[in-house]
Amino acid sequence: MSARLAVDVCIIGGGIAGCASAVALRKAGLTAAVLDRGLCGAGASGVNFGGVRQQGRNLHELPLARRSRRIWDSLAAILEQDVEFDVSGHIKLARSEADLAELETYARNARDYGLDLQMLGANRVRSEIPWLGDKVIGASLSPEDGQANPRVVGPAFARLARRLGAEIHEHRRVTAARRTETGFEVEAGDLTVASAWLVNTAGVFGGTVAGWFGEHAPVEALMPNMLVTEPLPYFVSRSIGVCGGDVYLRQTGRGNVIFGGGRGWGDAEIARSRPLADESLGGMSRTLDLVPALTNAQVIRTWTGIDGQTPDRIPVIGHSSTTPQLVHAFGFSGHGFQLGPVMGEIIAELVTQGRTPTPIAPFSIERFAAGGVASSVEAHTHTEH
Amino acid sequence: MSDPVIAIVGAGPAGLRAAETLALAGLRPVLFDEAERPGGQIYRQPPPGAERPGAAIYGLEAGKAQAVHAILPTLGERIDHRAGTLVWNVFEGRLDTLRAGAFAHQPFDRLILATGAMDRVIPFPGWTTPGVFTLGGAQIALKAQGVSIGRRVAFVGAGPLLPLVAHQYAKAGAEVVAVLDVTPFGAKLRSAAGMLAQPSTLAKGLYYVARNALGRARRASGVRAIRVEGEGRVAALAWTDHKGAEHRVACDAVGASFGLRSESQLADLAGCTFAFDALTRQWAPVRAPDGRSSREDVFLAGDGAGIGGADVAELQGRRVALTVLQDVGRPVDVAEVARLDSALARQAQFRAALEGAYPYPEHLVAAVADDEILCRCEGVTAGALRDVVRHKGAAEVNRVKAFTRIGMGRCQGRVCGHAAAELVALERGCPVEDAGRLRGQPPVKPIPVLGGFS
Repeated sequence: MSARLAVDVCIIGGGIAGCASAVALRKAGLTAAVLDRGLCGAGASGVNFGGVRQQGRNLHELPLARRSRRIWDSLAAILEQDVEFDVSGHIKLARSEADLAELETYARNARDYGLDLQMLGANRVRSEIPWLGDKVIGASLSPEDGQANPRVVGPAFARLARRLGAEIHEHRRVTAARRTETGFEVEAGDLTVASAWLVNTAGVFGGTVAGWFGEHAPVEALMPNMLVTEPLPYFVSRSIGVCGGDVYLRQTGRGNVIFGGGRGWGDAEIARSRPLADESLGGMSRTLDLVPALTNAQVIRTWTGIDGQTPDRIPVIGHSSTTPQLVHAFGFSGHGFQLGPVMGEIIAELVTQGRTPTPIAPFSIERFAAGGVASSVEAHTHTEH
Repeated sequence: MSDPVIAIVGAGPAGLRAAETLALAGLRPVLFDEAERPGGQIYRQPPPGAERPGAAIYGLEAGKAQAVHAILPTLGERIDHRAGTLVWNVFEGRLDTLRAGAFAHQPFDRLILATGAMDRVIPFPGWTTPGVFTLGGAQIALKAQGVSIGRRVAFVGAGPLLPLVAHQYAKAGAEVVAVLDVTPFGAKLRSAAGMLAQPSTLAKGLYYVARNALGRARRASGVRAIRVEGEGRVAALAWTDHKGAEHRVACDAVGASFGLRSESQLADLAGCTFAFDALTRQWAPVRAPDGRSSREDVFLAGDGAGIGGADVAELQGRRVALTVLQDVGRPVDVAEVARLDSALARQAQFRAALEGAYPYPEHLVAAVADDEILCRCEGVTAGALRDVVRHKGAAEVNRVKAFTRIGMGRCQGRVCGHAAAELVALERGCPVEDAGRLRGQPPVKPIPVLGGFS
């Protein structure tokens, strides 16, 4: 039985950005429908590292991250869901003089965006974090960063959207979307959605959806490989990252230590992904170099998931350059979890007012238009998630 | 051209017979097993120095155990036996292993999974009290270590393991104070006709039942509810009989489990297609009669792909090895193929009857109270599961896992996964297959954080 649905805004992709958009659009009085190929918040939004981090981001992202961080303070109340948000602070470690210089430069630049980072010398790092190995020569602390449980945030946004009257359609893979005289027509199996606006929060498929409207955005699949130990006595007092991004770890309230290690395998087309043993073992070694106390802790699970990554490692956010009333927000390149909540507000602003007070020009899809491909943009090397 | 690498996981009756068949055909299979000595769970051997006569350990099965144990010593170097080795992952033609604190990996051309089964657990009041074991666990204590789980032991369960373990304990000198079957007796009689297809097993079952009846143990069928009493240690087992009357027996240990479940995580990680088996109410990797899985390079034998018991496992181990031999271009004895196929067909008929005799005790799952621990690794209650099904739209077990941590701990849902799916199904009022199955993630069992890899 085929069904038809007419709404003001159709949203492709029920991750945090998509579901938060449905919430913000409903609050603005518009009708909205979310279509997801699987379950809302179960993709990259739900299986990521769980970092709520501003430090280390591309500077262009800081206005978004600052604004999103304010939402995080009240997110549990908004969602009526404990999201296990813990303002543990985030420490980024330097293992060389070059690292230290990078951290100092970043801290100076971040101040322009209102992000206060504290530089810690070697002695201070030792006293603050005695369980770190001896390879660390300094660090930068972001006191207001932290961590949360990603598994519950996206689904809670979906439930809130539904409570507010949005249509949430799960297990509906969108196979086509086209511009009509009055707006858009979106096909998802036996469901056809007609809408005035279209929001593309399709993650790794964001480039595919953009392509349906003659726009070019290179998105490749990114599969961060992660590990988690059994619960341990609490000792990882801060969320930890390093210059270069090849080590990151945090400890949950339950006591499990979560750490990253390399890249997994994935096939977005069939929605299948797998952690890889060699990557996990490599991640163990690099993490032990920094945190010897983890030696012989028992790893109970490794996993990965599929996110969309752009060549310059920053997302595509903003109006389409070819199609009126089409809005993009995808390609968060492995660090979209913290930004998710604010994306709803920004997308709703773009739809209802045509603009947002938060600067998003650097994220325009036009940067990938023919000739303008990111060759001039320095690829960001930070790979922490 | 060098010989293809055939890897086998599991040195129980299925894996050993597969290895033997391949070795006799001139290949040198690599046989991985977690235990130091071969035999699997059913024919588990005591550690060196604690050996006892086979009859004392395996009872009527001593001859079979002896034959299975003789395979590796007889064939010597023709089988590459990797004892004490955990296979914690499989992906695209490669096994990842852990032995004595050292990681390694093994590429393969063909993989035979003979990973066996473990007890199926249903929570009941007191099930996490120290002194409560599964029936299989109680049996392993006896076989491997020659120790009883207690002085005064009560057994409760559903399935043929119940009378067997009770008999073994009584014979070993433990005081068995109760043998409680949660299955209504009528179901057993209805299935007796089917069991006649396999007379020796039927006789064995009756023998155990009869032997147990001779003891002083309290015996009951159709038990409706059970409860372990005791703070920090088992003090008693209480139950409600089929008429609703309450009973109680003092004891210091309880063996309780409700049938078996396939250990199928490696098949899942290998990418095998699974199907729901209505008879045993569980998901298992799809296995063709010749042992093929849905993947060309993966083959299945024994209880790891559907519960069949030890005799079936031996037949399947032999059969699957012939399939592999054929695939790698070795000569195969077609008469032997026909003989095994017909023996397996007879066993399948008996097995269906046996499962029919021990239907899943749904009434116990329905009775699980909200404050009962369901996932003991993570300390999550049945009420927490029901809450996310009712109020947060969690319709299948992976979503329940994401929301509650059920199945997210040390055992990765091997213990609680089945009961969790049953509870989701009851809460939703849907068939249990619609409650899904927990997706596997490596490692199959915990592995240590170790350095030395770049």
